[in-house]
Amino acid sequence: MRKLKTLWLFFVCSGISFTALSQETNPVNGVADYRTHSYAFTNASIVKDAQTTLQNATLIIKEGKIVAVGNQINIPADAIVIDCKGKTIYPSFIDINSDYGIPTPERQPRTAFSFFGPSQLTSNTKGAYGWNQAIKPEVNAADLFVVDEAKAKSLRDIGFGAVLTSQKDGIARGTGALVSLSNNKENLDIIKEKAAATYSFSKGSSTQSYPSSVMGVIALLRQTFLDAQWYKNLPPGQNGQPGEGTNLSLEAWNNNLALPQIFEANDKWGDLRADRIGDEFGIQFIIKAGGNEYERMADMIATKANFILPLNFPQAMDVEDPNDARFVSLADLKNWEMAPTNLAAFEKAKINFCITSSDLRDSKEFWTNLRKAMDYGLSETKALEALTKAPATLLNVYNQIGSIEAGKIANFFITDGNVFSDKTRILQNWVQGEKYDVKENGFMNTSGIYSLVINEPVGAKTYTLEIKSNNTATLTGKDTLNAKFRTDGKLVSLSFSSLEKMHRKNVSPTDSSQAAKDDKGRVAMQGANRGRGASDGPATRLSGINNGNLMQGTGEDMAGNQVTWVATFVKAIDVGTDSVKKKNAPAIGKLTYPNEAYGFEEMPKPETILIKNATVWTNEKEGIVANTDVLVKDGKIAAIGKNLSAQGARVIDGTGKNLTPGIVDEHSHIATSSINEGGQSVTSEVRIGDNLNPDDINIYRQLSGGVTTSHILHGSANTIGGQTQLIKLRWGADDNDLKFKGADPFIKFALGENVKRTTSIINNRFPNTRMGVEQVQVDAFTRARDYEKALKGPNGKFVRRDLELDALVEIMNHKRFITCHSYKASEILETMKVAEQFGFTLNTFTHVLEGYKVADKLKAHGANASTFSDWWAYKMEVQDAIPTNATIMHNVGLNVAINSDDAEMARRLNQEAAKSVKYGGMSEIEAFKMVTINPAKMLHVDNRIGSIKVGKDADLVLWSDNPLSIYAKAEKTIVDGTIYYDMERDMQMRQQIKKERNRIIQKMLDEKKSGASVMGAMPSFKVMNVCEEHVHNHGLLVLDTEDNDGQ
Amino acid sequence: MRKYLIIFLTITAAHTVVGQDNISPAKLYTGLTFIKNGTVHVGNGEVLQNTSIEIRNGKIEKIGQDLPIPSGEVRVYDATGKQVYPGLILANTNIGLREIANQVKGSDDYNELGDLNPNVQSIVAYNADSKIINTLRSNGILFANVVPQGSLIAGSSSVVQFDAWNWEDAVYKEDNGIHFYMPSLLARPRRFRFGGASNSDPLKEGLEKIETVKSFFAQAKAYNAATVKPTTTNLKFEAVKGLFNKTERLFIHCDIVKEMLIAIDFAKQFDMDVTIVGGSECWQMADLLRQNNISVILQEQHSLPTSDDDDVDQPYKTPAALQNAGVLFALTDENGETTGRNLMFNAGTAAAYGLTKEQALQAITLNAAKILGIADKSGSIEVGKDANIIVSEGDILDMRTSIVTKAFIQGRDIDLNDKHKELFEKYKARYGLK
Repeated sequence: MRKLKTLWLFFVCSGISFTALSQETNPVNGVADYRTHSYAFTNASIVKDAQTTLQNATLIIKEGKIVAVGNQINIPADAIVIDCKGKTIYPSFIDINSDYGIPTPERQPRTAFSFFGPSQLTSNTKGAYGWNQAIKPEVNAADLFVVDEAKAKSLRDIGFGAVLTSQKDGIARGTGALVSLSNNKENLDIIKEKAAATYSFSKGSSTQSYPSSVMGVIALLRQTFLDAQWYKNLPPGQNGQPGEGTNLSLEAWNNNLALPQIFEANDKWGDLRADRIGDEFGIQFIIKAGGNEYERMADMIATKANFILPLNFPQAMDVEDPNDARFVSLADLKNWEMAPTNLAAFEKAKINFCITSSDLRDSKEFWTNLRKAMDYGLSETKALEALTKAPATLLNVYNQIGSIEAGKIANFFITDGNVFSDKTRILQNWVQGEKYDVKENGFMNTSGIYSLVINEPVGAKTYTLEIKSNNTATLTGKDTLNAKFRTDGKLVSLSFSSLEKMHRKNVSPTDSSQAAKDDKGRVAMQGANRGRGASDGPATRLSGINNGNLMQGTGEDMAGNQVTWVATFVKAIDVGTDSVKKKNAPAIGKLTYPNEAYGFEEMPKPETILIKNATVWTNEKEGIVANTDVLVKDGKIAAIGKNLSAQGARVIDGTGKNLTPGIVDEHSHIATSSINEGGQSVTSEVRIGDNLNPDDINIYRQLSGGVTTSHILHGSANTIGGQTQLIKLRWGADDNDLKFKGADPFIKFALGENVKRTTSIINNRFPNTRMGVEQVQVDAFTRARDYEKALKGPNGKFVRRDLELDALVEIMNHKRFITCHSYKASEILETMKVAEQFGFTLNTFTHVLEGYKVADKLKAHGANASTFSDWWAYKMEVQDAIPTNATIMHNVGLNVAINSDDAEMARRLNQEAAKSVKYGGMSEIEAFKMVTINPAKMLHVDNRIGSIKVGKDADLVLWSDNPLSIYAKAEKTIVDGTIYYDMERDMQMRQQIKKERNRIIQKMLDEKKSGASVMGAMPSFKVMNVCEEHVHNHGLLVLDTEDNDGQ
Repeated sequence: MRKYLIIFLTITAAHTVVGQDNISPAKLYTGLTFIKNGTVHVGNGEVLQNTSIEIRNGKIEKIGQDLPIPSGEVRVYDATGKQVYPGLILANTNIGLREIANQVKGSDDYNELGDLNPNVQSIVAYNADSKIINTLRSNGILFANVVPQGSLIAGSSSVVQFDAWNWEDAVYKEDNGIHFYMPSLLARPRRFRFGGASNSDPLKEGLEKIETVKSFFAQAKAYNAATVKPTTTNLKFEAVKGLFNKTERLFIHCDIVKEMLIAIDFAKQFDMDVTIVGGSECWQMADLLRQNNISVILQEQHSLPTSDDDDVDQPYKTPAALQNAGVLFALTDENGETTGRNLMFNAGTAAAYGLTKEQALQAITLNAAKILGIADKSGSIEVGKDANIIVSEGDILDMRTSIVTKAFIQGRDIDLNDKHKELFEKYKARYGLK
């Protein structure tokens, strides 16, 4: 009681109006020692925010808050005054992508679906939570937060005062807390308990098998949004309905939606994926970027999102050894060169962004890299805003933090100059009104010119001491002096000897005054690295203290006599203006689409093209017509005939060449970030189209083999796989523009060994046999039928929207079509039977290597067949595969295609088609149709592509020879009237690639020479997504999905 | 003469309706064979128009234009308008050791445990009844070098001919070389380092392993050079004796330049005949390979370029780089989905990208024979060599025309039927197709 009274009196007497008593629940062991931490910082340059700087201003803080800031401020009596002359005060930075103080569960490698290991089909999380271990909206960072002083210091030292911290684990990561970086009790650090909800594409520590792919993550997010809506809208009393009960995860999910939503997407394509998920559910994510967004700024602008940008620019590699450098791709070289432009690119695009330090290997790189970003065009204003106001505004806390204004939290740091200058140091970082030294006592700037008097037994000697920094000084006197100076701002040490000792060996210590004549008497010694006074001969050693304008202390002279000394401040050193030198942005190479080998500096455009006098394989009733012209206009085939002419057309001489429709690959796995969602046996909710990867070089390589359209299928890991995506090989386009617009939607099914996981030592995922596969199908469609009925029923609005079943309902309603991976006759018949039972047709059986055994049944069912030419013997179920399978099925009357399922073979699909001429005696026209019009038919796009007919898409290939010949090369590949592959241009590009590689490699060598730390040359490995059929490898730098650890 | 021709045709026809297990090696035949008037691709680069070949006792006795049909017991095969080639040779394969891929473990006999297995012989496990063999024969591939796989030294390979009742029958050249699989010297980012400790350095580990192999050879060389036979026999040392007297060669499986430089080092240090198998990056050092007398068995032209930055057709034109530098090289086809049956099309691709057709053919016939140590009796159509000959309707390198209608192994007229053709016939019959 007495204590409280005393405190109260203290406040009253202090003369500042306080409305509340400072209280806390924590008992004090001893006598209370409450302090207001009232300070006045005077004579400072105060950068209130990125736009406003006050000169000679005063800042008053008290009890952790800013009380006043301005030029005409009365200094309260209780304030400790700190003179900030020559100092600049900035609002402390805010990082909203941190996991400071939050334990992160270890990421589990290789927990993605594997063909070999057992599955974990349910969540390991105990409690009334949702079904998926990676969806953790119920996690609150504030619950987990523990001060981590070491980490806090490292962040404070680079200027941060507060961070949004969250547990970076899982797909939905729960809420993040805004905390200060003080060393106080956690209770006092939390500025906002739930400041944002955070998400990512990474499963993190989840060991559950689903989702095992990027598209699975997206599907799971999408479904969870729907589930949460459904859960919320259940009528009262339905909460405990059979099935769901109380779901704390969904509850938390719904509650979190009111918060700012941050998505850690970490890559340009990931950013777009995240943004699109948000768009579907009316949420604008704040996107944590990856650093390669500069490649696709138009797409970034279109997201309308706010971004969080990292500074972890790629490190230069040691490319000295050409055999090591060989495996570093131009894409990686270019990214090294161009990544520092990322922030400037956002500024130029007028996109609002924050800056995070979270991805840096070492927080010390923060300033190096930020300054680098500024060298590449990021403005000071924008940088400061991105570190202060922008993050605070995004979290709706700008009224509390993010600038130096009265009423805000006293988070600011003090520098000895413009913080963006590379000479400037942060001296102190004040967090919630408490001081944290960055440079220990760095604030005590001793620099200046002093008059030093040493009282030696022989009398006083006077010197001029010019202190440049806390460890650099010049000493000038009668003697020639070799000085070593060091201070921590308070304690001082100084030693010096005669410089002459270094030149004249025989001069005795007492002769030092003579030696002085030979020298100008000025020597600057740079701190510890050179000032080895002792080795240069006897030294005078002084030790003392800095009392502000005066230093004084004791010491010993060269002869060992005890001395005292005094150094008096005379005047300040004239330090040049401390502004950031505007360097010219370093020269960099050109951005290409994609930004890698064979990318276009400018996207090719549709042209009017007249191909003259070619042998034209029409795939129409005209068959192969010789000496024919084809006119392409506006992306379409405009005319076919003899002696055509067209104004302004690019004329291509087709004499001696063959012109065909572009090749259509019915079964491909290129241009994606993931291909198999094997976490469950039914994954009809996942969509290949959600995770296209336009950077895949195989798009270009396949154009060089005449491919223009590819059906990108889900893998064969499960009975009901994911939704497929038809693409056109528009090399350089973004992910959306790759899509074949307006095509019917398809889905991949699979049967047999892969779906029963034959290669797994211990399979625990149903099914384990073809018997089980049939039941998975029957069960799925039964559920879908019941679901559809319920949706249409009286309580339809309460039915949970199920994306998995939606896709199956579409199939039953003939709105979505199946491509079914299959081998054995038995499973083919079984699947057709199930389809007939549910009233739909299996559109396509792919692989279908025993199709020849049941060709009549396939025909009766109405299925198409898409097969390999000559694959066999790579697993048990293909022991009866024969190279005449296509021929038999064709002769029985099926529509048959030859597909690749392989990024290399896709470049030679024309040759694969020709194998039916060899093995089955098929006519050349019919054989070539198997890679053009036939797959177009089975994909329901034969009205658009697959033949040369007026009005169809101008997807054409000009071949050097009969297209079925192994000697034929595609000379030009045209998609939508645009020449995407041109053999001549390709030859030029090869030269450019070599030149560009060499240019950047030389630059990297220079970087190494300049002393920058470099990492070993890292081969640019790629993960190739395969359907799991492959026994051959795809080259030294390609790892198949099984080698990858998920994401 | 006509009588014999008729007999022979009847036998062939009979085979088309029986099961694959009844496709038998050719019957003993003591008469002459006469391949009349074909376009003969010798295998050494030469092409002989309208040329006939006379075969006696399994050997080529005469080659020439306007050769008369010999008298006596003779089978005559009219090759007018057809292309005649040496039997193709698959220079590196596990055929006969691996029937069904994808972990049908019971069908696998190609990968033994252990790092130093020079004493392991592929030939003793070779299954002459593999169903795959006939599908290769019918494409004109008549010989294979059957190679064991493994880590480091995997064992010895042997050349087999594809007309045999059992492996003893099949041996064409036993133990022609020892196979060393060089550990990868490619650095790997941590996220792709599996199977080792997370802090492992694949490069360092690779170099260490290579040292153990060198050390093994150094000791083996000393062991074999000793004039007095050691009291304790070392089977591993004995197994590599042929490397030091050059009756066998060291096949080093490797791909990147640094690995190939080490392969050269092996050749220099131990004075061995070395062949690089794989060699996808060899185009960068073709002249060095020639200067050091290193031959190459290049695998799978039908593969993707190593780097995104590479010429998109780099693998296709790598053979031309070797040819231009004068390196002795063969092409092979190890594609696991097609089990080597596209050997000639890999050569065709090489021909489309810089080789002449005859050079491409040589890479799968005479060059392969030279590297495998059978050039004295196979690999080309030359007098005195075994009559290992195939006849194709057209250019064998191009799928449009590559249809093999006749094949002889050591003069034996072999059955070109296979499981696939039988199933084709069976189901054509089912659907009433022609």
